[in-house]
Amino acid sequence: MEFAELIKTPRVDGVALHRPFMPTVEGTLCLTGHHLILSSRQDNTEELWLLHSNIDSIEKRFVGSLGSIIVKCKDLRMIQLDIPGMEECLNIASSIEALSTLDLLSLMYPFFYRPMFEVIEDGWNSFLPEDAFKDLESMTDEWRLSEVNKDFSVCPSYPPLVAVPKYVDDDTLKKAATFRHGGRFPVLSYYHKKNGMVMMRAGQPLTGTNGRRCKEDEKLINATLRPGKRGYIIDTRTINVAQQAKARGGGFESEANYPQWRRIHKAIERSNILQESLIKLVEACNDQSHSMDRWLSKLEASNWQTHVKEILTTACLAAQCIDREGASVLVHGTEGTDSTLQVTSLAQIILDPACRTIRGFQGLVEREWLQAGHPFQQRCAQSAYSNSKPRQEAPSFLLFLDCVWQILRQFPCSFEFSEGFLVLVFEHAYASQFGTFLGNSTAERAKLSLPEKTVSLWSWVNRPQELERLTNPLYEANSLVIWPSVAPQSLLLWEGVFLRWNRSSKCLDEAYEEMGHIIAYNKELQNKVNSLRRQLAQLETEDPLLQSP
Amino acid sequence: MEHIRLPKVENVRLLDRVSPRRSRVGTLYLTATHTIFVENKTGVRNETWVLHSLVCSVEKQAAAASGCSLLIHCKNFQVLHFVVPREQECHDVHLSLQRLSQPVLCLAERHTELYCFSYKPNVDEKERCQEWDFLDLKADYSRMGLPNSLWKLSPVNQHYKVSDSYPADLFVPASATPPVIVGSSKFRSRGRFPTLSYYSKENHAAICRSSQPLSGFSARCLEDEQMLEAILRSNPCSDFMYVVDTRPKLNAIANRAAGKGYENEDNYSNIKFQFIGIENIHVMRNSQQKMLGACELRSPSMSDFLEGLESSGWLKHIKAVLDAGIFIAKAVAEEGVSVLVHCSDGWDRTAQVCSVACVLLDPYYRTLRGLMVLIEKDWVSFGHKFSHRCNHLVGDPKEVSPIIDQFLECVWQLMEQFPCAFEFNARFLITIHSHIYSCQYGNFIDLKLLRERTHSLWSYLWKNQADYINPLYRPDHSQTQGLLRPSTAPYCFKFWRGLYNRFDQGMHPRQSVEDYLRAIREETQQLEEQLKIAHLEQEQEWSVTQKAVTFDKSPTAWALGNDLGLANTPQDYTGGFITSSPCQPKAPDGRRILLTQDSNQTSESNLSSGSDQESGIADVSCRSPLSTDSTRDPDSDEAAYSAA
Repeated sequence: MEFAELIKTPRVDGVALHRPFMPTVEGTLCLTGHHLILSSRQDNTEELWLLHSNIDSIEKRFVGSLGSIIVKCKDLRMIQLDIPGMEECLNIASSIEALSTLDLLSLMYPFFYRPMFEVIEDGWNSFLPEDAFKDLESMTDEWRLSEVNKDFSVCPSYPPLVAVPKYVDDDTLKKAATFRHGGRFPVLSYYHKKNGMVMMRAGQPLTGTNGRRCKEDEKLINATLRPGKRGYIIDTRTINVAQQAKARGGGFESEANYPQWRRIHKAIERSNILQESLIKLVEACNDQSHSMDRWLSKLEASNWQTHVKEILTTACLAAQCIDREGASVLVHGTEGTDSTLQVTSLAQIILDPACRTIRGFQGLVEREWLQAGHPFQQRCAQSAYSNSKPRQEAPSFLLFLDCVWQILRQFPCSFEFSEGFLVLVFEHAYASQFGTFLGNSTAERAKLSLPEKTVSLWSWVNRPQELERLTNPLYEANSLVIWPSVAPQSLLLWEGVFLRWNRSSKCLDEAYEEMGHIIAYNKELQNKVNSLRRQLAQLETEDPLLQSP
Repeated sequence: MEHIRLPKVENVRLLDRVSPRRSRVGTLYLTATHTIFVENKTGVRNETWVLHSLVCSVEKQAAAASGCSLLIHCKNFQVLHFVVPREQECHDVHLSLQRLSQPVLCLAERHTELYCFSYKPNVDEKERCQEWDFLDLKADYSRMGLPNSLWKLSPVNQHYKVSDSYPADLFVPASATPPVIVGSSKFRSRGRFPTLSYYSKENHAAICRSSQPLSGFSARCLEDEQMLEAILRSNPCSDFMYVVDTRPKLNAIANRAAGKGYENEDNYSNIKFQFIGIENIHVMRNSQQKMLGACELRSPSMSDFLEGLESSGWLKHIKAVLDAGIFIAKAVAEEGVSVLVHCSDGWDRTAQVCSVACVLLDPYYRTLRGLMVLIEKDWVSFGHKFSHRCNHLVGDPKEVSPIIDQFLECVWQLMEQFPCAFEFNARFLITIHSHIYSCQYGNFIDLKLLRERTHSLWSYLWKNQADYINPLYRPDHSQTQGLLRPSTAPYCFKFWRGLYNRFDQGMHPRQSVEDYLRAIREETQQLEEQLKIAHLEQEQEWSVTQKAVTFDKSPTAWALGNDLGLANTPQDYTGGFITSSPCQPKAPDGRRILLTQDSNQTSESNLSSGSDQESGIADVSCRSPLSTDSTRDPDSDEAAYSAA
């Protein structure tokens, strides 16, 4: 297929572009295979380059022969294009619609994008499972890296290499996989160095209505317990939902078959409910009515903050079991690809200071989301403005980022990255020139040869100029566990994402800059004092008089 | 003290409000001025002090097997839940506290039980008198450029004869003669005639304030009409003025039946009349009660809290006050039009709206001293009834209303939107709030002899200004200049956790950006001094030996740990089935503010509450100012930490 077939009108002159907090720009609108471009053709004014894949939906309006297209983006921005001429407007609109809903992955921009920067380190090779395992080996010898899934046949959503208890063989893993949803047998998610406790994750056990059991599964997870110790199973669903899952072949671990485990049910909602919540929240944020009652009631009705609270609470619980109770934990929901990952990844943010660095966070996203088989392609296909019936879209990852932001707000000096980094990761998860978030699993990424054909987001981020921009000036390494508050009063609306296009952030940005200045000036003086100190030390060694007091 | 039935109760439990399963056992003491709870725990001296005058209600609950509950609500939003082992003891404490928290005024003996009369910090009499000269309102008017040819100081209220709730010194239009003023005052509730609150010397526009006119259905007053005309004439650039009635239209109309009401546009030349719709004191009181109810819910869900917040209407009222302030500030700064503001009596809503407009208009009122001046001017001098509104003395509960709270919150909301525009921080607002209610200082109490016998809050705040400085403030920053133009979209208003949940430590950020920046700035200052000395020495070519001496002084160690060292333990994430979590409850840090000079033990106990190593906070706050090649104190926290 040629993109040209979809572009009915490649160019229109005299188009006016309206963007939030920016002056109106008039110029020429061009459509290319991947971008909507508006250029004023003047030397100094900026151009708009918008990826078609960032467009969530469009809306057309006509006043006489002047047509307007309101472009609603996945990053929640809304822009308006005024296009003279009914026909041009309709053509542009239908072209944008066609180009922004292409399903074929191989037509996506990352396959066409060529980096304009020098790749210092190829992000595709920065966070390989074997490297992560080397770190684990330095702490414990109780685990091994299994190749049982090397051709993705045991579990299509797992990577080829997974960490499992050393004395559990591959045959046991294969049998356990048949007992878990999607073949997602329990694997290591996190090893807590402080006390050797672990966090595992899996899909739900397929007990069904007649209480099927699987000795290999029991053996596998019991192998993670110290003699005489009990562990916790955190089921992210309520007991009712888990019960109902039995009718569809799923279920939960019974006390009888897993006597060494204590099961806790939490209430993290499923995908479709989360997607609905996002749509409602964004609708509330865009409400122009200026009524306080209406805003608060819509905010409450969206339930977004409720989801944030529930996810964060569950993650804290998992972290508490590991760090305070000294127990190992197994986390699962239904598929083990959404709420499970929210919990395991957030628990690591709480427990492991390494995950609070820029690089550590990239590693966490790689391990716990990308390699762990979160279906990004499905979940991020549409965002809050979608008109089409939701299929498998869900803001699972955005909720995770929101929770990280909440912790960042409570521990503003404990994260190496700034809020801007979280916003950047959110944007690229939904639309990007980089291949990192394409596909639903490692298997799909391998099939598409993404590492060979596209550039990794991390290749771009991990360059000095970008790192500097994303670094939190307040950061001071904090090697301890950080326990966030989950009280409703402590959880805030993530303005940086949800109000980003509704209110000017100029004053807040200035404050952030001011902070940077204060800290930079302090560092500068420190360096001066230190260099004087060194000069003095030199003088002392040169001047024998000073040797003797 | 005769009111203390029981000075000491042992084995009292103080429950944590957020997680009631956490509690501390200790001894409860009742003194003449404070309730003190001392935790029984060896090695830690953990005390909670509550000033009697801050107690707004004491509630005794039915006795249970574990003891008898006593719930104390304070005006600074602290809530204490004690469990006293024996009912009789609880009963005695309850009665004592009820009496102690309601001071009585005995005019005959020139004596009151108000705390400000017994509060005696270690300050000599001369210094105490000087405290009261710290703020000078005349200086503020001359800062505005007054008096000038348009506005003059009027002696008409010298002996409070025209209006007893107005200040003696008032600015009125140059063309307003005493008969006009007096005539106008007779046509206004409680004689509160139109007078100047703020004057913009850039464009001559002014904010004036008054009470409602006694217009009834048709009454007129020539002098009042002349008074408004004079105000208009004092703004030569404008051919009309706004009259803003801050009440809802319905309330104003209802007042007409009582012979009061609002200005008829037909009778006054060149006015534009406008209703703004801020609710009355009773609505505000109920709204705050409901909002506090939402804050006090035990382990509420997100929906419980948001629904509570919404149904309280609190943020809606805050928005209404700010919206009104913005309207006036814009009229003055952007249109150059003068505004007359009133409500009913002109001492509640009018005070709020005028002072909010001043904060928006004039960068001076966004400084430490400026905000104090503003409260002194628009609130204290213009007769806001602090004693009634804050319930300083036993009075009519229907007169109590959080009007000043709303003003302070409006300022806080603005600080959230303009983080670099204010010289002071939120702690400053919270401290002011606390002392408006505490009666520790004489500023907000309307009694004679105050200046002779009590202390002034303003000079206390000024002496401790280091605690209240916003590190992001720079006088030359663009945000600091001119008119503030805040957004009033509903989502720009936030819930002020720092005030209303101030004593629930677990809810607040575990690391404070502000404290961190403050430490950095202090360190920077020391480094600057070191470098200055070094440069001087180089210029003067001092001997090397002396240089060595200078450089051996390393900047002081950074001991912010006490401030930041909040307990950071897991909250109740489980819904109650994991019980073995170790926790280290901490006393609310309110003591710092409550009794700053009262007790030396306080500061000691603050110091003794070491930081929780779990949180890592201690390490964050203990920065070593010098990097690798500096000599380190081996005993410092940082050294200990890096070894760990």
